Amino acid sequence: MSGKEGSGGFRKRKHDNFPHGQRKEEKENVNPSSALMTSFKSFQLELDTRHDKYERLVKLSRDITIESKRTIFLLHRFTSAPNGEEILNESEVKLDAVRRKIKQVAQELIGEDMYQFHRAISPGLQEYVEAVSFQYFIKTRSLISVEEINKQLIFTVENREETTNMTSNSHDKQPHTWSLKVTPVDYLLGVADLTGELMRLCISSVGNGDIDTPFELSQFLRQIYDGFTFIGNTGPYEVSKKLYTLKQSLAKVENACYTLKVRGSEIPKHMLADVFSTKTELIDQEEGLS
Amino acid sequence: MSVSDMFIALQGVLTADQDIREEIRKVVQALEQTAREILTLLQGVHQGAGFQDIPKKCQKAREHFGTVRTQLESLKTKFPADQYYRFHEHWRFVLQRLVFLAAFVVFLESETLVTREAVAEILGIEADREQGFHLDIEDYLSGVLTLASELARLAVNSVTAGDYSRPLRISTFINELDSGFRLLNLKNDSLRKRYDGLKYDVKKIEEVVYDLSIRGLNKEATGGVGGEK
Repeated sequence: MSGKEGSGGFRKRKHDNFPHGQRKEEKENVNPSSALMTSFKSFQLELDTRHDKYERLVKLSRDITIESKRTIFLLHRFTSAPNGEEILNESEVKLDAVRRKIKQVAQELIGEDMYQFHRAISPGLQEYVEAVSFQYFIKTRSLISVEEINKQLIFTVENREETTNMTSNSHDKQPHTWSLKVTPVDYLLGVADLTGELMRLCISSVGNGDIDTPFELSQFLRQIYDGFTFIGNTGPYEVSKKLYTLKQSLAKVENACYTLKVRGSEIPKHMLADVFSTKTELIDQEEGLS
Repeated sequence: MSVSDMFIALQGVLTADQDIREEIRKVVQALEQTAREILTLLQGVHQGAGFQDIPKKCQKAREHFGTVRTQLESLKTKFPADQYYRFHEHWRFVLQRLVFLAAFVVFLESETLVTREAVAEILGIEADREQGFHLDIEDYLSGVLTLASELARLAVNSVTAGDYSRPLRISTFINELDSGFRLLNLKNDSLRKRYDGLKYDVKKIEEVVYDLSIRGLNKEATGGVGGEK
């Protein structure tokens, strides 16, 4: 990609210092107020508006990604912290902030075809799904549904001043509620990423001497894995790609459970942590590579 | 809802999506076929003998656009109207091609650039997104850029066929088009890559004009031989 862009830029430069005198002369021949030029001026405006909106959405998407990642890190501390309730509350606050960002995205998309800008916001939404489903799992030990997620993404005009600051255009036709829907594919990709987090949670919970969580997690991961195999390759390419990583995560958790079962009978509880701390390092290294 | 129920529901959604895409693909294939037919028809203008009956060829092409309209009409029914961009990739290419063909016909007829509204009308679709199945601005511009390459060829072949005035008119047209495109702030996308090719077309046509003027053939053109217009 970058190679092509580079050559494009190069050609352009080469072109610009090509027959200069001749060019200028011709340019004067072009009537700046001709029908063609007028319509191209309107195209310029239209394209700029579109690109600007796209860029704003990319930026929002990035913010959503960062905040969601932070929430996930925070939730990983849940296992080690004695004050779990506090961490859950804090994560809720963070997710609310993320949802405010998503609200801005929804406002940008009022009256637009959401799929036109889908590529800009998709990464952020996936990360949000990952964070929100992780929190949901910690709270309820089950998988959040798309409907549940989308229910939280219906926004109403409650804080007036914020809405007036946002979206300078499309003021007039602002509805009272508007929503953003996470597409099924974004949801699936987010859930696939969730399994990676659950794998980490599993390993670290062993480190904390929590013996039940790994078994629970392997059960849960297996359900998700079954679900993904059921979808197989009906979904788009990205979904099948994640299947491989998902399988690896599942294998790691299953191996951990195996070790717990076999070694657990001989090693005293307080020493299990040592057995797994070496394992975790290995996993983290692999993760870093992939 | 259990995990497996959720995945069954999701799978249903994905399959429905694929079915829609399959339907779209079928119509797009038919459209591509029609587009090829029009192209073959219009390619005749490059041949020396073809210059005389350009109006006839244009008229025939216009008849073919009737087929295009019915095919696009059926394409519109294949997916929910408010999800144009969800399936945009499927018809993007063929639509650009059709824009080019329509623009070519209009240029041959009147030597002007077809407006976005006029193309949309020829194709039986809308120019504005809010009105329904529309012509995306980038697709329109892309089609226009294809026209530029075709005109570079036409300029060369006009000279071969002994028509020395047409290249001069093409040159004026292309220069205006080039100035128009210079106004646009393009991103590093496919349209930008297409635009980067425009200067080669401009250059090609300039060379033709240069060859004509250095031999004084351009004066002759304005005098007698002239085109069929």
